[in-house]
Order: sequence, then structure tokens, then C-alpha cells
Amino acid sequence: MLPELGHFALILALLLAALQAFFGIAGPALGRERWIAAVTPAVAGQFVMVATAVGCLAAAFIGDDFSVRYVASNSNSALPLFYRVTALWGAHEGSLLLWILLLAGWTVAVAVGAARLPRAFAARVLGVLGVVSFGFLLFTLATSNPFLRLDPPAGDGADLNPILQDPALAVHPPILYTGYVGFAVAFAFACAAMLEGRLDQEWARWTRPWTTTAWAFLTCGIALGSFWAYYELGWGGFWFWDPVENASFMPWLVGTALIHSLAVTDKRGLFKSWTLLLAILAFSLSMLGTFLVRSGVLVSVHSFAADPARGIFILAFLVLMIGGALALYAWRAPLLKSTAGFEFGARESFLLFNNLLLVIAAATVFAGTLAPLISDALKLGTLSVGVPYFNPTFMLTMLPLMALLPLGIHAGWKRGRLSDSTRVLLLTLAGAVIFALTLCFGIFAHGAVLTPVGAALGAWVILASLVDPLDRWRRGLSLSRAVLGMTVAHIGIGLAVIALTSVESFTFERDVALGSGASTSAAGYEFRFDGVAPIEGPNYDGVGATITVTRGGAPVAVLKPQKRQYWVQHQLTTVTAIHMSRGNNLLVALGDDLGAGRWSIRIQIRPLVTLIWLAALIMAIGGAVAASDRRYRTARAPAAAPLPAAAGEQPT
Amino acid sequence: MNRFLLPMAVFVPLVAILAIGIYHAPEKDIIASPLLGKPAPDFSLPDLADAARTVHAADLRGRWYLFNVWGTWCGGCRAEHETLLEIRRANVLPLVGLDWKDDDAQARAWLTQLGNPYAVVAVDHAGRTAIDYGVYGAPETFLINPQGLVVYKVVGEVTHDVWTREILPRVPRAAFPGT
Repeated sequence: MLPELGHFALILALLLAALQAFFGIAGPALGRERWIAAVTPAVAGQFVMVATAVGCLAAAFIGDDFSVRYVASNSNSALPLFYRVTALWGAHEGSLLLWILLLAGWTVAVAVGAARLPRAFAARVLGVLGVVSFGFLLFTLATSNPFLRLDPPAGDGADLNPILQDPALAVHPPILYTGYVGFAVAFAFACAAMLEGRLDQEWARWTRPWTTTAWAFLTCGIALGSFWAYYELGWGGFWFWDPVENASFMPWLVGTALIHSLAVTDKRGLFKSWTLLLAILAFSLSMLGTFLVRSGVLVSVHSFAADPARGIFILAFLVLMIGGALALYAWRAPLLKSTAGFEFGARESFLLFNNLLLVIAAATVFAGTLAPLISDALKLGTLSVGVPYFNPTFMLTMLPLMALLPLGIHAGWKRGRLSDSTRVLLLTLAGAVIFALTLCFGIFAHGAVLTPVGAALGAWVILASLVDPLDRWRRGLSLSRAVLGMTVAHIGIGLAVIALTSVESFTFERDVALGSGASTSAAGYEFRFDGVAPIEGPNYDGVGATITVTRGGAPVAVLKPQKRQYWVQHQLTTVTAIHMSRGNNLLVALGDDLGAGRWSIRIQIRPLVTLIWLAALIMAIGGAVAASDRRYRTARAPAAAPLPAAAGEQPT
Repeated sequence: MNRFLLPMAVFVPLVAILAIGIYHAPEKDIIASPLLGKPAPDFSLPDLADAARTVHAADLRGRWYLFNVWGTWCGGCRAEHETLLEIRRANVLPLVGLDWKDDDAQARAWLTQLGNPYAVVAVDHAGRTAIDYGVYGAPETFLINPQGLVVYKVVGEVTHDVWTREILPRVPRAAFPGT
């Protein structure tokens, strides 16, 4: 019964989404108060229905109901309870349901926060979110229903893909999707502003915390995915420029541009149409990611079961959503005139460069991701684009961005008088160069040209970001959360640049064949192979090796990498063993049995790799702090009155 | 041109490319199998019905057949079983099963309980033959012609649509019984 109930709840959710979309958009357009009043109940009802559907599917997983096809394909009675719950989003249908649940959650949050917004505007925002939700619900019900029955039921399930049987499955997709879906809110704000034909600084202030929050989640989600790939796939890489990674990275780049452009619209009333375009773009790229992953158009390690019928549906939806938004943009954006101006060298000009560079970076990733598709479509043969393309082109935009960042944060709004900060900028730059030289030639004594350049720029960003906050702190002045969050996020990006440009040149990697009791030394560490022993888990067996690591005779760690054979899918997986020592990430993976007790073993010593994920986390924390600034939470003044908080910043 | 139309001007060709991408997407599965157009790998394996007998791939030559890789542990195989029975009833071409890494008793019970769509089932305990066929996961189904060449490969379940739209059109009508 429960699966039917879930299916029915999903159908009701679809109807409620349609009502939410219709009343939310038509109500304000026709000035019908009662229609507007119906929007919020529809939002609440839709959330309850979607949550019910998710609950029913979860119950089917937990109760091993193999009469449900999706459960039979992605679970097994031997699967531990924890993974039976997370298996819910382990494949296409359920992950789509997770997407919808998170969208419904965001929509409820917007409806609650919308108490501070003008009623008509709030209704439009919720209406646009209703359109998005309707599309995804229809997609799920029409092509990807997770509640379909198997008749007669399967005796047991086909099991969850062993690679997904990892605690990271519990956090990576929900956090990543929260970020993706969060950009739908910025998109809805943009569409609502265009429908209204009005976009002012207040609009930017409403939009900013939502966008920054979504961005923080996306940052966290991408970093988690990267960390997962690092320890699970066993190759010791942290970023592969895989189409699906790129699909999450492109919205991140454009989203980063958007939060900066929104700052300009908020503070100075400029970049209005550009901000709108970025809001449309950020969400469009999230949707495009969904399309690429699920349509079978691109081949990737992450792909879901490819199905062209799903591809056609999503493409039609993309055309309606994005095409509609872009048509609205072409029609309405010309009405939004920015009256203020700024001088070259003012903060606005640096933020303009920031936006250009980030959008160019997103465009290069986009081109690289779609190049195989275009080459295929034009019958130019199969083309493969990888690291040799992505790394240099990405650096080409990111390094200038880092060089401009310290200048931008020390430039004032409106007027280009950077000369006031020359001394501070030069001092911090000198400090950064000393740091980079020490790191490259003092500590590691080698490294590519990129490393000192990247390390110097990263350090400069950090030092220059710290100057003003430290100065205010020393003088006992308060620091707004917006500025504090910005500073933290900039420190995060500085650390990320240092880590990313250093990690490759300092990495030590080696594949060795060792017999039991034999040892090998690498980068000052001694690795002794103590042999392998059989292991058995709840739904797998395999072998586990013991490797004792010492440094100068002193014990460092005992690493236990494994090779597992999962019973149901007969799939072999590698579980790497990782240990942190003196800032070095020691990674050991067990390779093949070479016979006679000898095994091939991969040893990797990566200094600073942990810093990459830490830096991303710091960025996300910075975003969260900035989004919680009191400025965004103050109750709305009566509709007509100007906002006192903004008055001081109005251009004169 | 109105510069606000520019994003739309970029979007339209992109949609065209994606549409072409979808149009070609089904072919990707086919290209993915290096076996297409090549002889189906040879094997000699025990017969599920009678372990004393052996199934030789060479004996299957001379007619069209479907080679279906399955196992009782495989959920997708359970899902496609109805379609396999439908194919058997259609009586156009025989199904040859490869019972992959399975328990013989369970496999026999499965066929007794659900109905047996196969003309013959070869048993591959070690999984060697599945490796020869490049099997990536069960179920997988290969369409093989009288010369023993692999004509088409289905990754995942054979559905009614796959059977009527992908498999049947590839078999010449002359090969149908009664024509």
C-alpha cells in the first residue's frame, strides 16, 4: 500500500505545484488578492506531499519491499540499514525525488522569509518556484517513477552499487543538491523582478542571502565530492574534470560571479541587467548539469542509466524554462536603467573584472565539457578533452582574478583612488612573495614555476584581506558579519589557490611490488608490508593488507588498505588507507596479487592536499556568515518608506 | 541587434547541439561494445538442465538467436523475465541463456517457478565467458546472426519496446519461422 500512497502523494504534489505556479504568477498580474493568498497554502501542501512520498519510498527501502522495482534495483536484504536509507538517492529516480524534496524545502523557507517582502512580489517568486517544481514532478512521474511495482516481486534486490556504499553518500548528494536547487531561488527572484518590470537595490538585498547560502552549500558539496573521489576511487586524484564534476563546477563559477554582482547592485544600484542574466545563467547551468548526467548524452563515470526519452523531456523543459527566462530578459531587461556611474579603478571596476573572469572561466569549462558533443554532432570524430586543456585555460583566468582581488578589496566604491592603499598593498605583496619563496625553496626545495606564482598570489589575497578587519579589531570597532564573512571566504580562496598550485608539484607517487615483510622508503617515510589477511563485512568479503609506516624508526601509522568483493554485484572495490602526518597526506592503495605473497601497492604522499578541502570549507563558512548578516534580516519598513539602512549608501 | 537578445542567440544553437546529442545518444551504447560485427566468443559450458551435457557456442551457429546473460541474484533480470517469456511465445528466434555466477539449484528453481524462456542455458560459474563477452553487469543481451556475428547488444533490461523496436527490425523477415 505504501508505494501507492507515495505515488498518489506525488501526483497531489504535482497538482499543488500547478496551483502554486498559476496563482503565484496570474494572481499579481491580474491583481487578484485571493489568488495571491492561495499561494502559501499550496507551498505548504506541496512540501507535505513530497515529504510523504519520500517517506513512503524510504519505508520501502527500510522494509526491503522488493516488489518496488526501484528498491529491487538498488537495495538488498544484506545491505546495512544505513545504506538502505541512503540508497534512496543512489540512482536516478530517487535522486530526482531528493531534488524535488529539497526544492520544496527551499520554497517553504522562501515562503516563511517572504513575510518581509511585498505580497505581490513574494507571490511571483513562489509562482516561479512552482513552475520549476511542476516541471521536475512531471518529469519524475512521466519518465522516472520510483514507485513502479514489480509483479511478481523479486526475491531479493540487485544491491546498491558498491562504490556508493560509503558514508559520503549520506552527505554529498543532499548538500550538493541543496546548492544546485538553491540557485532556483535566485532564478525565481530574477524572474519575479522581470515580471514586475522593477528591480531596485532592495531587490538585490532580498536576493543576496539566498544566493550566498546556496553558494555555500554548493561549495561544500563540490568539496565533499572531491574528497570522496580521492579516497574511494583509489587513484589518489581529487579533481578529474569529469563532465559531471564540471556540471557542478560551472554553476559554482557563475554563482560566485552572481554573489559579487549582487553586491554591486545592492550597494550601488549598478549591473542590474547583468545580475539578472547571471541569476538565470547560474540556475540554467544547474539544470544543464541535470540534463547531461541523466540523458546519456555525455559519457561519464557518474552517469545514471542513460535514457534518451528522459533526455528529450529534460531538453523540452530546459527550452521552456531557460528559453522563457531569456525571452523575458530580452523583453524586460532594457527597462532597467542604471543611473549611477563609476570611475576606472573604483571597486565596481574590479568587480566587473571579477565577473568577466569568472564567466570566461565558466565558458572555458563549458566549451571543454561540450566539445566532444559538438564534435560528435558535426561528425568531426570522437574528441576527448581532459586535463591538458582544462588546467592551463583555468589557470589563465584564475591567476589574474587572484591578482586583482587584493586591489578590489582595497578600492573604494565609485571613485578610483587606489593610491591611498598603495603602501598596504605593496607591504602585503612583499610578505606574500617571501612566503612563497620560503615554501618553494625553503621547505620543499623544488617545484614548477606555477607553484611560487600561485603561492604568492594566494598569500597576497589572504594578507590583503586581513589588513582592514585586523585594523578595525585593533581599534575596537565592530565588524559586520557581511564583511567578516567576505574576509573568511577570501582567506579560503587564498588557501585554495596555494594548495591547488602546490599539490601537484610536491606530490610523491610510487607503485611498488612488495612481498610480506619487505619495505620501501619514500620521502623520508618507511613503508613495511606485513602481508594480507581475509576480511569479511556485512555484504562483502575480500582481503586487507597491513602496512606499517615509520619515520626515522619512530612509528607513524598502521595503514590497512582493502580490496572488497561485494557479493551481489560481484564488483571489486578498492578502499584506500589514508593517514595525516606532519601536514602530509599518506595514501596507500592495494593493487593486484602478483602471486607468491607479493602484491602491488601504490604509495602516494601529498602535502597540502587536505588544505584544498579545508579551504573550500572555510569558503563555505564565510558564505554562511555573510548570509547571516543582520542587514538582510531587518524587518521590512512599510512599503512606501525608504529603507533607512540603505540611505547612507545611496549615490548622491 | 538588441544586446539583450544575445543570450537567446547563444542559447538556440546550444539547444540544437543538445538535441543532436540526444539523437545520437542511443548509438553510444552500441559503439561502446567492441564486439559488434565481430564473432561471438566461443565457449563450452555445462548445461543447466543436465550438468553432464555441454553447450558449445559453435553448435548454435546457423540461425539467429539472442544470448542473454542473467542470474537469480540480479534484479534487472527479474524485471525483464516477462519480456523474455513474451519473446519465447513469439517464437521468432530462440533465447540462449548464460547463467552467470549463480547457484544451479536456485537457477533451476527460478525457471520452474517463473517459467523458462530459454531453449538452453549454459552455466558460467567462474565468469570467464561473461568476461569474454565484455559483460559489464547483468542483464545483458546479444543478438547473434547465423554467421555467429554479434549484431546488436542491449545493456540492461530487454523491455517490450527494445524487443519490438530494436531487436525485431534487425532480424530479416526471411529468418522468421513459417515464411
